[in-house]
Amino acid sequence: MTPIVEVRDLHKRFGELEVLKGIDFTVAEGEVVSIIGASGSGKTTLLRCLNLLEEFHRGDVLIGGEAIGYHLRRGQRVRIGEREVARQRAMTGMVFQAFNLFPHMSALDNVTLGLTKVRGMPRPQAVELADHWLDRVGMLKRRDHRPSQLSGGQQQRVAIARAIAMSPKVMLFDEATSALDPERVGEVLETIRSLAQEGMTMVLVTHEMRFARDVSDKVVFMEDGRIAEQGPPQRLFLNPESPRLQAFLKTSSF
Amino acid sequence: MDWTYFFNEVVNNRDALLHGTAITFAVSLIAILTGTVLGIVIGIAVTYGNKPLRWPARLYIDIIRGTPVLVLVLATFYVSAAVGLNFNAFQAGALALTLFCASHVGEILRGALQSLSRGQIEAGRAIGLTFDGIFRYILFPQALRYALPTWITAAVEMVKASTLLSVIGVAELLLTTQQIISNNFLNMQFYLLAGVIYFLIDFAIEQVGRFIGRRLDQPTRRTV
Amino acid sequence: MNYHFNFAPILEQWPLLLSGIGLGLLLALVSIAIGSVLGLVVAFASRAPSRWLRSLAFTWISILRNLPILVIVLFLFFGMPQLGLSLDKITSFVVALSLYASAYMAEVFRGGLLSVPQGLVEAGQAIGLTSLRIKRYIVLPIMFRNALPAFGNNFISLFKDTSLAATIAVPELTFYARKINSETFRVIEVWLVASLLYIVCCYAITLVLRAMEKRLVLEKA
Ligand SMILES: Nc1ncnc2c1ncn2[C@@H]1O[C@H](COP(=O)(O)OP(=O)(O)OP(=O)(O)O)[C@@H](O)[C@H]1O
Ligand SMILES: [Mg+2]
Repeated sequence: MTPIVEVRDLHKRFGELEVLKGIDFTVAEGEVVSIIGASGSGKTTLLRCLNLLEEFHRGDVLIGGEAIGYHLRRGQRVRIGEREVARQRAMTGMVFQAFNLFPHMSALDNVTLGLTKVRGMPRPQAVELADHWLDRVGMLKRRDHRPSQLSGGQQQRVAIARAIAMSPKVMLFDEATSALDPERVGEVLETIRSLAQEGMTMVLVTHEMRFARDVSDKVVFMEDGRIAEQGPPQRLFLNPESPRLQAFLKTSSF
Repeated sequence: MDWTYFFNEVVNNRDALLHGTAITFAVSLIAILTGTVLGIVIGIAVTYGNKPLRWPARLYIDIIRGTPVLVLVLATFYVSAAVGLNFNAFQAGALALTLFCASHVGEILRGALQSLSRGQIEAGRAIGLTFDGIFRYILFPQALRYALPTWITAAVEMVKASTLLSVIGVAELLLTTQQIISNNFLNMQFYLLAGVIYFLIDFAIEQVGRFIGRRLDQPTRRTV
Repeated sequence: MNYHFNFAPILEQWPLLLSGIGLGLLLALVSIAIGSVLGLVVAFASRAPSRWLRSLAFTWISILRNLPILVIVLFLFFGMPQLGLSLDKITSFVVALSLYASAYMAEVFRGGLLSVPQGLVEAGQAIGLTSLRIKRYIVLPIMFRNALPAFGNNFISLFKDTSLAATIAVPELTFYARKINSETFRVIEVWLVASLLYIVCCYAITLVLRAMEKRLVLEKA
């Protein structure tokens, strides 16, 4: 079976600085993969490449078997057109550290915008679907609230509904809880956990080690732009092979 | 279009043009300097004054800022004569611009002072400074720095507003230009010339302001 | 000083004064509308990928902001006919004020554009919106809301600047005030009434704008 996400030999530079130095990994359907690693190791950059928010210089990213972002024209790698990029971006759902809800729209409209303008859904149907997902993340009662009237945790749950309502093939979370007050972290992790249990394919960048251990099928440890070690959480957390990961786990809190 | 005629006319009228420019400079400078001093007093009164001080200052700012400068100029000119003050056009014009400048500076300073946190006043108290000392050593220097860009804008506004004195007969640059035009009918060319001169003056003020602004910014940036 | 106030000669001219205010408001409204459209174009140009376009935008802003509005008014009304472009006094004043407004509105919109966080653009991209749609549904609505207070201040400034139309005999409030001044010699009363009318109008505009802001401006999340 084709994996949902397949990354082959991915390289990414910011000017002179090479941030991703050849990344290979796959995510199978229904799999939950956590990416851990020190600050600056390239986790966010990797996630943003999967969503084409960053361009990359070498290698391929395949979502559902489709190579995204580039195609070959006469042996040259060319970035595809804007419309195609937009379509491919909608195949993945992104949840940002800073929520990034549209401040001038209600929670409901945040979710329906993509459904009506990208998916071309009629408004009533979009509202119905949005209500379903807002209910799923426990935000239906606040569907008419503006982001400024919601707590951080509530905003992040709306952001999750906004992404998942587009029925992406895979959900990407970039430190979804690290901008939250400690007492708000639980509600968002609970939401993510329940989506995972329903079989949603996910890639999580996280500093919540205990959570990564509990929900993931696979953990990827990044070190300086490369994957230093990957495997099932039990093995990585209990028997880390590389000294780097051992050191990293020692300094991480569970 | 006869440009040689225009250039000859510029040369013939160079003294008048220079004189007009000098008057523009003089009246703007008077307005900016006295207006700033007056404005600082008003700004402090509005921000920290007790009621009998605060209210007149507030009223002053609102009245002057709610009135178009041209109306202020005309009113100062005609009313000063009507109440028996024997101002000439230059004096009346300079007074109007000064009043205008003071209201702007007052408002700018108020904004700057109020943007400073109350915590600083308390911190000053905690080390035993009186309000006088707090104001002089802590608040005012910061407010000056904060207000500088807007103050420069106000200075540019004063030069621009000085053109309105042409209406009451102050022979500054614009009225001089109009007088020259009434002799040679080179409307387009001479208004263009006046525009270029005003632009250069204002642009220069703006650049100087940017330069000072960058210099002032440096120490704070270095400590971060 | 024994000046005897007599407002009667001025109050007799009430309809004229009111029509003067009406014309002033109209001139300001038309000018800020045209100026906003122009300003929006200039604001986008100032952030365009093309260097040439960017410097054109900044030159536009810098020139118009550093010119006295009266010089622009006189140049357009008296100077342009020499180039074969004669406009009537109202049109030429509106053109002058619109150009002037465009520079200030361009600054307002530039600030508004800068105030839209990049993260929101990315959130739009992430759900698959094209850049045109991101501008339409995300960037522009937020920019307009953020720009509203500055827009209001500019409108009030422009309304006050309509007094300059009196210099080319456009019959707005200042024009009538001068007329009544020279006809009645009730000097103090005329200018008292005129400035009071301007102040009241500016205050009324402020109130309307504040009510709009309350409904539209985004609170910080
Ligand atoms: N837009 C950019 N321009 C230049 N360098 C960048 C940019 N974004 C990231 N980098 C650099 O790329 C490297 C990887 O950054 P990235 O944000 O992917 O790290 P991360 O693993 O997500 O770190 P953290 O845990 O702190 O979020 C860092 O050295 C960073 O400074
Ligand atoms: Mg990161």
